[in-house]
Amino acid sequence: MSALAERPSPAVRPGAPAAGGRWEPLLPEAGRVRSMLGVYAQCFRTSVITGFQYRVAHYFYMFGMLAEPIIYLVVWSTIARQQGGSVDGFTPGDFAAYYIVWTLVRQMNIVFTPYGWEWRIREGQIAGQLLRPLHPIHYDIANLGGWKIVTIVLWLPIAFALTLLFHPTLSPTATEIGVFSVAIWGAYLVRTMNLWLLGLVTFWTTRVSALFEAYAVVELLFSGRLVPLQLMPGWAQTAANVMPFKWTFGYPIETLTGGLTDAQLFGGLGMQALWTTIGAIGVAIVWKRAVRRFTSVGN
Amino acid sequence: MVKQGYEPTPPIRRFEPFRPFRIAWIYFRVGAMNELQYRANFFVEVFQSLLSLGVGLAVLALVFSQTSTLNGWSRSQLLAVLGVQILIGGFIHTFVQPNMTHLLADIREGKLDFALTKPEDGQLLVSVRDVRIWQAVDMITGTVVLIVAMLQLDHAIGVVDALAFLAAIMIGGSMFYCFWMVVTTGAFWLVKMDEVVELFEGVFQSGRWPVGTYPRWLRLGLTFLVPIAFAVTVPAEALTSRLNWQTLVFAFVLAIVFLAFTRWFWRRGLKRYSGASA
Repeated sequence: MSALAERPSPAVRPGAPAAGGRWEPLLPEAGRVRSMLGVYAQCFRTSVITGFQYRVAHYFYMFGMLAEPIIYLVVWSTIARQQGGSVDGFTPGDFAAYYIVWTLVRQMNIVFTPYGWEWRIREGQIAGQLLRPLHPIHYDIANLGGWKIVTIVLWLPIAFALTLLFHPTLSPTATEIGVFSVAIWGAYLVRTMNLWLLGLVTFWTTRVSALFEAYAVVELLFSGRLVPLQLMPGWAQTAANVMPFKWTFGYPIETLTGGLTDAQLFGGLGMQALWTTIGAIGVAIVWKRAVRRFTSVGN
Repeated sequence: MVKQGYEPTPPIRRFEPFRPFRIAWIYFRVGAMNELQYRANFFVEVFQSLLSLGVGLAVLALVFSQTSTLNGWSRSQLLAVLGVQILIGGFIHTFVQPNMTHLLADIREGKLDFALTKPEDGQLLVSVRDVRIWQAVDMITGTVVLIVAMLQLDHAIGVVDALAFLAAIMIGGSMFYCFWMVVTTGAFWLVKMDEVVELFEGVFQSGRWPVGTYPRWLRLGLTFLVPIAFAVTVPAEALTSRLNWQTLVFAFVLAIVFLAFTRWFWRRGLKRYSGASA
């Protein structure tokens, strides 16, 4: 059969089955990659517009998350001053730099949580998502990705204010800024995969809060979120190296606050790609089994 | 059909000082019966409470692996602060926050009419109608931590200290209610304020450390804007014999001012409310 023969015949009504039972598309189909990019761009745009619409709510959310790093910063700066100016080489200025960058990394780490999954399953929201042409994870990545753009814009004045208040010691090179700009999105992808995987547990049980809390505690201790990993005991640092968490918090922060060699800077991006791939494979495997269990009642 | 010239007899309202408590008790019983249907939630709450406590203790251990005191507070004194913070957090999550999130949703969806049309004070009803009894697990955890901290302290707790602690914790609890009520009432103007829960949860974590640890601008914010100083640090100071009576009196006066302001602000907010029902 020639290539021309595969074109829809003018005699065939679009949307009706052609000979052999194959359905003709209503509209000419774009390429897969182009379609996907189109979906991502549209979801991004919608999220950005919605995000800017609710600026006050967004700031409430961001201010709520500021408390945590400020607490850590104040406590560790106090200890550093009491100890004569530094703790394990960290001065108050270093702590300020670490925790101010932390505030942006934390925002980038916000992904669809298992609590959201509980709601999706309970309310039967998955049914609608299954009818869409793309895997639901793409919509989550794109929607929350657009939200990040709003977050970064709204974060800038906060960072400026924190800089005036806490005087960070920060002088990143162009390479470090470049790697940081990629690493924060890498962190977003790694955490998306982790929490998607955890969220899929809701297909078996709709009560995942305890599991999620346990995950959050492990993440808090082994990611660099609580304190720079260098200040943790040796066994904790070793354990952190074989877990995905430090690539979502400690590593992106350290790309900007300095102290990493070029090999560590670029090797870290590789580790983020590795953990994203492992997470994506995990999601693909569990999703296939999970979706078979899904039943929905509604109109 | 209403007869011509018919005047409904206004209800005779006697002064009943315990009426608000009776109404709160009725709602508490209904809420408790509702929650008791889901007993598995108790075990989930116990697990989460223990996890949260574990993190608090791990942070304390990490801090005191580097120093022997923090801004003049010893390890056992900071354990007392942690206990008070967990205790107050349990109170807020059991009695205050569920009501405020309910109120936020009602204002946004125009369903507040259901509370406002009842023959009782609107502010009272929206403040007592929801109770999450399993969250009270944190109140028990906080009390246990507090007792352990007391046993570790060098000095004995006197009757005056204990009474000052009880007074301070009640004053702090009232102030937190006022803070939540004022912020939630802001929804009459701003409508979508769901993120306020995140804001509170974040800021409340600062109560794990005495407010004196924080820089001046933050200390002022945590005293007068979000009353963490009065709700957590002051009761902990009472137990560790650091509290002077002037602070307690000041807190009492401030709590009355907060309550009066909350009442005024609620009434202002109500004027802006227009229900969405037909």
